[in-house]
Amino acid sequence: MSQVIIQDDEVDIVIGAIQSDLTSFMEAWRPMFSRFHLIIVQDPDLNGELKIPGGFNLNLYTKSDMDKVVGSSSSTISFSGYSCRYFGYLMSRKKYIISIDDDCIPAKDSKGELVDAVAQHITNLTTPATPFFFNTLYDPFCKGTDFVRGYPFSLRNGVECGLSCGLWLNLADYDAPTQALKPNARNSRYVDAVLTVPSRTMLPLSGINIAFNNELVGPALLPAFRLTKEGKFRWETVEDIWTGMCAKVVCDHLKLGVKSGLPYVWRQERGSAVESLKKEWEGVQLMEEVVPFFQSVRLSEAAVTAEDCVAEIAASVKEQLGRSNPMFARAAETMVEWIKLWKQVRSQ
Amino acid sequence: MAAAAPPLKDELDIVIPTIRNLDFLEMWRPFFQPYHLIIVQDGDPAKTIKVPDGFDYELYNRNDINRILGPKASCISFKDSACRCFGYMVSKKKYIFTIDDDCFVAKDPSGKQINALEQHIKNLLCPSTPLFFNTLYDPFRDGSDFVRGYPFSLREGVPTAVSHGLWLNIPDYDAPTQLVKPLERNTKFVDAVLTIPKGTLFPMCGMNLAFDRDLIGPAMYFGLMGDGQPIGRYDDMWAGWCTKVICDHLGLGVKTGLPYIWHSKASNPFVNLKKEYNGIFWQEEIIPFFQAATLSKDSTTVQKCYIELAKQVKEKLGKVDPYFVKLADAMETWIQAWDELNSPAKAPAKAK
Repeated sequence: MSQVIIQDDEVDIVIGAIQSDLTSFMEAWRPMFSRFHLIIVQDPDLNGELKIPGGFNLNLYTKSDMDKVVGSSSSTISFSGYSCRYFGYLMSRKKYIISIDDDCIPAKDSKGELVDAVAQHITNLTTPATPFFFNTLYDPFCKGTDFVRGYPFSLRNGVECGLSCGLWLNLADYDAPTQALKPNARNSRYVDAVLTVPSRTMLPLSGINIAFNNELVGPALLPAFRLTKEGKFRWETVEDIWTGMCAKVVCDHLKLGVKSGLPYVWRQERGSAVESLKKEWEGVQLMEEVVPFFQSVRLSEAAVTAEDCVAEIAASVKEQLGRSNPMFARAAETMVEWIKLWKQVRSQ
Repeated sequence: MAAAAPPLKDELDIVIPTIRNLDFLEMWRPFFQPYHLIIVQDGDPAKTIKVPDGFDYELYNRNDINRILGPKASCISFKDSACRCFGYMVSKKKYIFTIDDDCFVAKDPSGKQINALEQHIKNLLCPSTPLFFNTLYDPFRDGSDFVRGYPFSLREGVPTAVSHGLWLNIPDYDAPTQLVKPLERNTKFVDAVLTIPKGTLFPMCGMNLAFDRDLIGPAMYFGLMGDGQPIGRYDDMWAGWCTKVICDHLGLGVKTGLPYIWHSKASNPFVNLKKEYNGIFWQEEIIPFFQAATLSKDSTTVQKCYIELAKQVKEKLGKVDPYFVKLADAMETWIQAWDELNSPAKAPAKAK
C-alpha cells in the first residue's frame, strides 16, 4: 500500500446521500474518512432529515442550499438522485475530491485486510499517469515495479493524473440487462493493479467510486445527460457515463491521465435488476449514438483549461448531436449553464 | 468446460529458440507433451541439442535455415533468439505459442501450477475489445462481464490475434533499469487479462507469447539482431510494434496479462547494455514513427500491410540509420519467404 503523505486539508470527500440513514455507511468508513473534511449532499428528492453519526468534520447541503446557489433561473441543471453529488463538487474548494456511493463499504484485499480507498485514490492522483504508451507491468510508479524493456525513455516522466476510477467487489457496476441475466453474478476477483487508460481510449466512468483533481478537471465532472426517468439505482442511470466521456476527452486534450483499477470498495446488495428492466429506457439507446462522437471529437489549441474544453465539447454536442435529438441539445445547454455556474460560484 | 483432449492439440505449435539446452521442458512436460514442438537451434549448428524423450518435434539449426531459405536466409538473425521467427514461418499450424528456455512453470497465489499454454488458448479463442476500455478487464473471462455504460454495439468484440503473457520473478527490464535495480523481482500476481486499446502501442515481450498465425503470422518478423547487427534485444519489440499497427488497421485484438510464467534467469546487464545501446536512442524515433503510421485501405492482408510498413520504414527511419534500410529490405525478404513456404502449391523441405 501507499506510503504517500496525505495532505489532509487538500481533500474533500463528497457523499451523495440517496438514503436517509447514513449511520452504518459512515461508521464503516470512519477509520478512512475521519481525518478529512466531508461534504454530504442530500438528494433533493429525499424528504426528511438525514441521520449522520457525530465525530466528523462535515458540511451538509440540502435542496434549500441548491436553490440558493443555483436559483430557479436554471431549469436545465438537475441535482436529483445520484446527481446531487455534483452540487458537492461545485461547493468544494479542495484540490482533490473523492466520491463514493452511499451503499458501499470498505472492501478487503486478497490478504483479508481492509482497503483504504481514500489513501489509494490519493496515491493514484498524486503519482504520474502514462497515457501515451502501455506499460505491461501496469503502474510503473508502484513500489516493486517499473517500466518494462522497450518503454520509451522520453515518456517515463508521465503526466499528471486527473481522474482515478476505482472498482467494486460483490455487486459490480453492471447494467440491468447484464445483472438480470446473471442474477447471482458477484465480482469476487481482486485485481491488484492500477493502470492508465490510454489517451484517446474511451471508458465507462462509474460514479460509484471515483476521485479527481478538482483544480485540473473539476468543471468536467458535470450533471448534463440524464435518462428521462433517471432512477435511484445505478442500473437506472447513465449520468456518470456521459460525464465520464466528457471528462476523458478533457483529460486527453489537456494531456492528463485517467487511471483505473485499485481501490476496490464493497458494494452492498440493493435493488432488483429485473425490476429496473421494467422501467423506461429512453436514453440508453441514445448513449450508443454518442460513442462515435466522443471517440472522434477534437478540441482546439485555444482550449487550455477544463472550462474551455467543456465549452467546446458542448458546442460540438449541440452542433453534431443536437440536431438528431433534443435530449442532446438539452445536454449541451446544461453543460454551458454548468460552466457559467461554476465560474460564478468560484468568483464569490 | 473440462476438456478431455488438450485444447487445440493438433492446431498449435510450440516454438522454442535455444542455444544451450532444453532441460526446462521437463517441468513443462505435463502441459506441453501433447503438442508439437518446433525447436530453432541458434548458434553453432555442429552442436547437438538433445530434446527430452517423449516430445514430438522438428528441429532446425542454421544449416537447415540456410538450406530451406537459400539466399533469403539473410533475414533470419544469427546468435539471437530472434531466429525463433523461422519457426513461425515453417509451422503448418493455426496457432503458435513461443517461450524462452529459461521460463518455467509459475504458481498462482493459491499455490497451484499455472498451465500457461491453456490460458493463452483461452485468450486467443475469445474476442478482444480494443475499441472501448472495459474497467473489469476481459469481459469474456469467467466471473467478469461488460460494465454499465459499455456500448452494446461493441460487445461482440473482434478476433484475438495475440496473447501476451507476463513473468514472475525476473522482470523484463531494459539494461539501465537492471543496473539500477538488480534485485527487484516481480512478485505481484495481477489476476487480469485485458485488451490493449486500438491506437496504443506496447512493448511486446517474446518470452511468453501466443498468436493466431492465420490472422497475424506474417507480421511476427523478429527483425535483424545479433551477430553482425548494431542492435539486440529489440527483436520482439519490433515485431510487437509492427503487429500492433497492423492489428489496429485490420480490426484484430491484442491481449496482455495472464498467463504468468516464472522467469528464472537474469541476463547480464552489461552485456544487455551493449546490445540495447543503439535501441535506446533509436527508440525515440521509432516510437513516433509507429504512432503516426497509417496504412492504406488497399492493404487488406497482413502481407500487404507489412510490405507497406516496410516501405515506410525505409523512407522514414532510413534517415535515422542505414540499419533501417537493411531492416526494411529484410522485412520484404521475410514476406517473400513466408509466402513461398506457405503457398498452397509448395511443400517446404523438412528438417532432419
